Amino acid sequence: MIEVRDLNIRFAHDAPLVVAGLSFKVATGSTFGLVGESGCGKSTVLRALAGLNTTYDGEILLDGTPLPPHRPKTFFKRVQMVFQDPYGSLHPRQTIQAQLLEPLRNQGIHKPLSVVGEALESVGLPRAAAFRFPHQLSGGQRQRVAIARALMLEPEVLLLDEPTSALDVSVQAEILNLLMDLRDARNLTFVLVSHDLAVIAHMCHDIAVMQGGRIVDSFDAAQLRAGTLNHPYTRELLTASEAYGEGPAPQVELA
Amino acid sequence: MMDTAKTATNPLIEAKNLRIAFGRGEAAVEVVHGISFTLGREKLGIVGESGAGKSTIGRAIMRLSPPGARVTADRLTFKDVDLLKASEKEMMRLRGRRIGLILQDPKYSLNPVVPVGEQIAETWRLHHPGRAGAREAAERTLSILEAVKIRDPRRVAKLYPHEISGGMGQRVMIAMMLIAGPDVLIADEPTSALDVTVRLEVLTLLDELIESRGLGLILISHDLNLVRRFCDRVVIMYAGRIMETLKASELDKAEHPYTRGLLGSLPSIHSEQRRLPVLTRDPAWLLGAGAAR
Repeated sequence: MIEVRDLNIRFAHDAPLVVAGLSFKVATGSTFGLVGESGCGKSTVLRALAGLNTTYDGEILLDGTPLPPHRPKTFFKRVQMVFQDPYGSLHPRQTIQAQLLEPLRNQGIHKPLSVVGEALESVGLPRAAAFRFPHQLSGGQRQRVAIARALMLEPEVLLLDEPTSALDVSVQAEILNLLMDLRDARNLTFVLVSHDLAVIAHMCHDIAVMQGGRIVDSFDAAQLRAGTLNHPYTRELLTASEAYGEGPAPQVELA
Repeated sequence: MMDTAKTATNPLIEAKNLRIAFGRGEAAVEVVHGISFTLGREKLGIVGESGAGKSTIGRAIMRLSPPGARVTADRLTFKDVDLLKASEKEMMRLRGRRIGLILQDPKYSLNPVVPVGEQIAETWRLHHPGRAGAREAAERTLSILEAVKIRDPRRVAKLYPHEISGGMGQRVMIAMMLIAGPDVLIADEPTSALDVTVRLEVLTLLDELIESRGLGLILISHDLNLVRRFCDRVVIMYAGRIMETLKASELDKAEHPYTRGLLGSLPSIHSEQRRLPVLTRDPAWLLGAGAAR
């Protein structure tokens, strides 16, 4: 579905590379995870995929077709993004309904107003939420709205930038479940960026570890679960996650 | 077991039926509903979701609640000081000097236009007005920076907050709190702005310092796993009430459905789950009294 070939990104022509020689493929209906620490370039890659950053070298292909850096309007019908902060990504002075209709308006699509209610129900919100403003919703509800908005154009690909890191664990569980259900129901392809190995392990089929703008290690979810990874940086991440996290692999199952 | 005995006989902080409300008269909204706990020379974790009231408690102990907050309790003490009755002057001597507060994000908690060394020295001079020699303050700053494992203290002391990394910034904050030699540290989400590898370094350091100086720590966090591994005892809070208090090592045996729900909703690196169990909130949880065991 998505292929990235030799992606290089720098923010000024004489600046150092922030993303260097990145290549990966994402199969249709699967979830690809990019994991790494702050500043490793994972969100930069996602922004380049989304067409928010147009100054990159290398090729990004959607369904085998190379994309121009300035994406055509039709691209956004197929690829949408959900951002980290549901407080910042919704317009504070527009109703939820207005915000959900905006992608349709941008694309010049006319649909009955009832699509708003349907979209809200598909993410587990009541129809009445359409007439609310973002400040009247909780963080988890806002992230549901952001997901509903991303789904308005019925895209094939969702780019997820730390979609749950601003949420409580109990709410995170609800949002992760919702994303998995939507993925299965609509055969969506996800690219998920996160610093949280547990979230990545839960959601992703294939995983790449980034450090300093490069992919230093890649593996599938089963390898991560089994803990059979050998790259020193991956091991370091894993050890650090386990030290004050859930603990190493052979552990007591939590109910 | 020994810890619990020590706590009972000689608590550093004791709260009994602590209530915190915002607003006045009829419109007052109570956000902390009569909670009780004690802190000895131990690591006590307070865990809960956003809005559970955990930070509000931390601030109430320091008497840094925002104007409009009304704090009442049958008992709220630090050693033999009554935190509800102490004068503002007494509180000034207590804050920093006896009880230190470490906040979440060093980016916002440090003064951006003052070098970090000067900020640490300022703390020392504030708390030792009698012998506030600039040279002694500078020397103490360097040695405390060394204690928090900053490799080149002389160089780092001259840097501004924007020139240091998040992990270093958090170490500077810890240094700043420790230089006054407090008995109790209240750490409010000290590592949630940090990467996992940096988090590990900062927590290991904090653990060593608490151990070697015999401090009491209240760690406020939303991260159940972190608290379980780091702390001796854990207080689980929900909507301004204590659901249960237990030993961190016995968290797996927690009985309260809220605690079990929180534990269950964590995704795992090692085990595959199709769906994460979702917490169902029982209104009955709000009826139970907030008593600590």
